[in-house]
Amino acid sequence: MFHWLEKNPFLFSVGVFIVIAFAGLIEILPNFAEAARPIKGLKPYTVLQLAGKEVYKKDNCIACHSQLIRPFKAETDRYGQYSLSGEYAYDRPFLWGSKRTGPDLHRVGNYRTPDWHANHMWNPKSVVPDSIMPAYKHQFKNIADTETAYAEAVTVKKVFNTPYGPEIAPGKAAYEKYYKSILLPEAMKIAKAMKNKDVEAMVKQGKVPEIVALIAYLEKLK
Amino acid sequence: MQSNAALEYDYDIVKLYMWTTVIFGIVGMTIGVLIASQLAFPELNYLFGEYGTFSRLRPLHTNVVIYGFTVSGILLSFYYSAPRVLKVSLGESPLLKKLAYLQFGLYLIAATGMVISELMGITASKEYAQMEWPLDILIVVIWVLWGVIMFGLIGMRREKALYISLWYYIACFLGVAMLYLFNNMEVPTIFFSGGIGAWYHSVSMYAGTNDALVQWWWGHNAVAFVFTVPIIAIIYYFLPKESGQAVYSYKLSLLSFWGLMFVYLWAGGHHLLWSTVPDWMQTMGSVFSVVLILPSWGSAINMLLTMKGEWNQLTENPLIKFMVLASTFYMLSTLEGPIQAVKSVNAIAHFTDWIPGHVHDGVLGWVAFMIFAAAMHSATRVFKREIYSKSLLEAQFWIQTTGVVLYFTSMWIAGITQGMMWRAVDEYGNLMYSFIDTVSVLHPYYTIRAVGGLLYLVGMFMFAFNLYKTATAGRKLEKEPQFRSPMA
Repeated sequence: MFHWLEKNPFLFSVGVFIVIAFAGLIEILPNFAEAARPIKGLKPYTVLQLAGKEVYKKDNCIACHSQLIRPFKAETDRYGQYSLSGEYAYDRPFLWGSKRTGPDLHRVGNYRTPDWHANHMWNPKSVVPDSIMPAYKHQFKNIADTETAYAEAVTVKKVFNTPYGPEIAPGKAAYEKYYKSILLPEAMKIAKAMKNKDVEAMVKQGKVPEIVALIAYLEKLK
Repeated sequence: MQSNAALEYDYDIVKLYMWTTVIFGIVGMTIGVLIASQLAFPELNYLFGEYGTFSRLRPLHTNVVIYGFTVSGILLSFYYSAPRVLKVSLGESPLLKKLAYLQFGLYLIAATGMVISELMGITASKEYAQMEWPLDILIVVIWVLWGVIMFGLIGMRREKALYISLWYYIACFLGVAMLYLFNNMEVPTIFFSGGIGAWYHSVSMYAGTNDALVQWWWGHNAVAFVFTVPIIAIIYYFLPKESGQAVYSYKLSLLSFWGLMFVYLWAGGHHLLWSTVPDWMQTMGSVFSVVLILPSWGSAINMLLTMKGEWNQLTENPLIKFMVLASTFYMLSTLEGPIQAVKSVNAIAHFTDWIPGHVHDGVLGWVAFMIFAAAMHSATRVFKREIYSKSLLEAQFWIQTTGVVLYFTSMWIAGITQGMMWRAVDEYGNLMYSFIDTVSVLHPYYTIRAVGGLLYLVGMFMFAFNLYKTATAGRKLEKEPQFRSPMA
């Protein structure tokens, strides 16, 4: 029946390709434009928050935490309003995760405070005695890569028209200006709310540790 | 035209991938046992500072076992079996052989880059596609080289009709190429930011729900085209060869091949049930997942029936044991997956340990078992020696089988327990358990899983030793065995 095809590797390969490519076209394309639309009032991440998202990626929080609240009563009771597509419009990449060894974090900004996060990341058992999450003390020492986060903001503004103001512009000079006038004050606010003297002192010296950026990001998740 | 018997096959490349299979297998599975133990005993998170936490090591585990161990196993089987079914030796074309060496060299570089970047936390953060754009480009080059070699060999073939295994290798090549390219579309920030920031950093071309769709279209089909399609290629060659039995049904192999090709891609949506992707896509994902049982079981049953009338080999030959149990685990896994893809079951199963449980009965029971069997069968021909120890192979089989059973049974219980506890409410409709209650209850199952993983790792070491001894100290063979691999 198909013997002729098995003697013709070229046609065989074309056939296989069409058969496998088919589903992707039909499933992914039709909804593409609509799914990309943000909900009303959604603001893009600030550079500090983007730097925090990078820490979230770097320490790979998605290995254990999801950011997707499913439309079940048990989930909305536990985590809040179920997730909407438009809320993720500025998430590149998406960080839904696929495993909940720990709880969902999509609205963690609603019910945790910066000082809770600070204590938790320094020593999870100090706030949740039975926690199996490792401590992330290095985040208090490592400096956040805000320059790369800024580069990301510039890129998404240019390539995807993400609505940033004129303060996001290419080049080192623009970055340094942004860092002093916008990023550091924002970091200072978080550092104060963390109630951690060492972190506050670091930010005062003009250095932003990873933990500050991460908490800025977690605070944005609401 | 050369006669079949006179053809001396060139095994240089096969040997290289044999050793990377062993090395990546040991590394990847050791990390696996470590992270499994970390969930049971969290103090183990602090062995290597920030580089030793569960979260940092978990993608390293998945990537090393997928792209290291499994891909090496696939390439070893390809370079061994493809020339034989095409009746052409790689050595006949010095150009293709050089390209194969180049492919291997680049593969080592990419693997090293992958390990280092993931330890450092440089990641695009998409599951099973964590590598950043410079490594992505390298992988595309490696993959294209494989395609050139594959179609080069096909162009030189003496056997006109392509054997079933080759259908699957071709599908693996095309499927991964398409999926990998689209899922890894990303914009390097360095080119747009006026040269600031880390040079290797990129942002995904897709955002939010779209990104999730593309990612799980990939994530699911990486399972299809890395863990299923090429492994079926392996079993279609090695089971008939080792048993001396003809494939049971050509029609069944046709039906299951084209069925699998058509259906598999649709099923990706089952990773996104109850998420923000449109309902109709979720339903498609569910429905096609259930349909997927047909072509999956088609291949598995075809393989089991190939043993018809020769079941005594199961007691006599440990390699047949590995392959028959592998087909059986493939059946288990491809029944379990569709069950989890039913929306109401998924509501409980998703986000729980049942999912890693499902993955591991597939990869440990099916993928790795096939790779072990293929490597051992090839070793007797490649090194022209007897397998060093039959009893070691038998022991490996039973130890690893026990390991797999402990692994998936404990994760079934853990997953369903957790899923039920998350949704449990008291008589007033309030949630009964705080989240941490649903974590603490898992401790015994996490411990059992770690023990299961450890047993499997012990088996991996036995395999490594046996293969090494076969290559260096196995009894020399006068002539190539036709079917059953001789063993001491």
